[in-house]
Amino acid sequence: MSITYLEAIREAQARALADDPRVFIYGQDVGAFGGAFKATKNLAEQYPGRVIDAPISEDAIIGAAVGAAIEGMRPIIEMQFADFSTPGFNQIINQAATLYWRTQVPCPITIRLPSGGTSGSGPFHSQSLEALYAHYPGLIVMAPATVQDAYSMLLEAVSIDDPVIFCEHKYLYYHLKADCLPTEAMPASKARIARTGRDLTIVAYSAMVHEALAAADELQSEGTEIEVLDLRTIKPLDTDTIMASVARTGRVLCVGESFPWGGVTAEVVSRIAGEGFALLDAPPQRLNAKDTPIPYHPNLWAVHRPTAQAIANAARKLVRM
Amino acid sequence: MVQTVVTRGSSPADADTDIQREQYLEAFRFMLLAMTLDDKLASLYRAGKIPGGGVYLGKGQEALSVSIGITLKKGDIFTPLIRDGAGRLAFGETVVEALRTCLGSSLGPMRGRDGNVHRGRPRDGYFPMISHLGATIAVVNGALMARKLKGISGTVGAACIGEGGTSTGAFHEALNQAAVEHLPLVVVVADNQYAYSTPSSRQFACRSLVDRAIGYGVTGHSLDGTDLAACLNLMRLAVQNARSGAGPQMIVARLLRLCGHGEHDDASYIDAKLKTSPLGRDCLSVAEKQILLKNWGSKEDLEHWRAETSHTVDEAVSQVQREAPPDPFRENWCALASKHFAEGYEELA
Repeated sequence: MSITYLEAIREAQARALADDPRVFIYGQDVGAFGGAFKATKNLAEQYPGRVIDAPISEDAIIGAAVGAAIEGMRPIIEMQFADFSTPGFNQIINQAATLYWRTQVPCPITIRLPSGGTSGSGPFHSQSLEALYAHYPGLIVMAPATVQDAYSMLLEAVSIDDPVIFCEHKYLYYHLKADCLPTEAMPASKARIARTGRDLTIVAYSAMVHEALAAADELQSEGTEIEVLDLRTIKPLDTDTIMASVARTGRVLCVGESFPWGGVTAEVVSRIAGEGFALLDAPPQRLNAKDTPIPYHPNLWAVHRPTAQAIANAARKLVRM
Repeated sequence: MVQTVVTRGSSPADADTDIQREQYLEAFRFMLLAMTLDDKLASLYRAGKIPGGGVYLGKGQEALSVSIGITLKKGDIFTPLIRDGAGRLAFGETVVEALRTCLGSSLGPMRGRDGNVHRGRPRDGYFPMISHLGATIAVVNGALMARKLKGISGTVGAACIGEGGTSTGAFHEALNQAAVEHLPLVVVVADNQYAYSTPSSRQFACRSLVDRAIGYGVTGHSLDGTDLAACLNLMRLAVQNARSGAGPQMIVARLLRLCGHGEHDDASYIDAKLKTSPLGRDCLSVAEKQILLKNWGSKEDLEHWRAETSHTVDEAVSQVQREAPPDPFRENWCALASKHFAEGYEELA
């Protein structure tokens, strides 16, 4: 038996619904249809009245989630694509993220964002918005890279008393498989060493973890040992695990799929420069998508975001610095 | 199926028969309290005693606002907007609590983290507004949806908005959502003719905002917002409709804002003709005349109530001014309820 990243997300939601009567799912097409990606397949049937179709109103969807949270519920919101969370942006950053700070009433909502690029999806169905949300106080931002994390981190997200932006990667939905669901998990707030190495640390998250691992395989044959660190959660950043890895390797390349100005990679490099400058043997480097909207044509898309090849090239340069 | 009935014109119910004298007088005294508190806040503003500096008054809207707060019951949800001091008091907020937020006392519900009109106690059904207009209506929807999921029936949510706020996408999304979910929501639009300085003619092009009700599939009601009896009557009807399962109710009350947008604003843009029109009537003066006319109170009673109200407000100000402001060194500076998810930033300072 094998289970995909997407099925893990569905199973986590099924378990959350089964375990906690306060959980319900609200989003466009999530009901009988099972969601645009089928992440809620059969759940409306299994949990009548608790998997609710919403109008195309991202603002009102998030607003309603906040109201339900005030009433003690734990809504899981599916944004059809991460890109479409921007019409709900105001409710996320000004309503959900400020509620606890202002009133001491927690806001336990999980907002699932089908994120990242897939070939042919174009400018409005490919975005990665984790940096945007991580910028705001009051939000937790997760970006699982494995089937096990997709399952366990989503369950943890639902149990947390704060709004969680759950960035699940659409490319991993069908490409990533595991033998079974995990029975135990490491805390969502901790980063994971996905591969050990002594020459260079690549800090990555979400789909970029797999590109980094492929690059590490390639450089292995050239005698370069790369450590790959999977952030798992973007906010809070597990700075301790990052610093410990940089202390071992002295070199760091931070890879993200989103746009290059600012963002997660810039934050990681900034923390390393500020807190671990003395650990470095070379300037910390970043690799991101290009500074254009995400292109539609597969030829263009293939080089817009960092690939294993691009990461390997950057790593080769960095180990020689 | 959503029933759509558009009620036009004010509700000219005869106060003698339809409104209990007690409720009218109770509402009037809340209006008086709200007005006195507003006047005091304006004085404190001019004296530079308001931390942060913002003061927003409800002058001209007391009758409409109080009728919401007084009609709702315990267990209902109320999300007032910036000119709803009277409604807040009638819904259960005390003068001391209102002042704690306005004067920045650490004992207030917002503890200095938010101020002036951005206050509430969500656990008590008193939801605090955010500044982004229209955004809090969907929050009320969500609370009502949650109650439906929990099998709680018979409670109502009321959300306040101005005519300017109806131009937002958030308002549209929330009204449509409430109609689709057939929620017991009462949306009260105070059409006070100006959104900050922008007149209604630059805000919407339909004949009346109540015409939009039919488009949403909700029940619409028009109201003369300067007439307390009409406000109480219609609010009772709308809240009763919502409570009994008739779906969302949209009330559009016409009135005039009798002050600036905030106390920093001299409101010189308000058309002088509007001020002398029936729309420009001060609802408190109208209610006072009504009380005397109906012989529900004497001039001496009115004097006594005014003096009592002033005393209440003065006492509260003097108490709250002695309370400690928030201490930045005791603030935990963490926006999360889950403290183990807090970022650990290294700071030089």
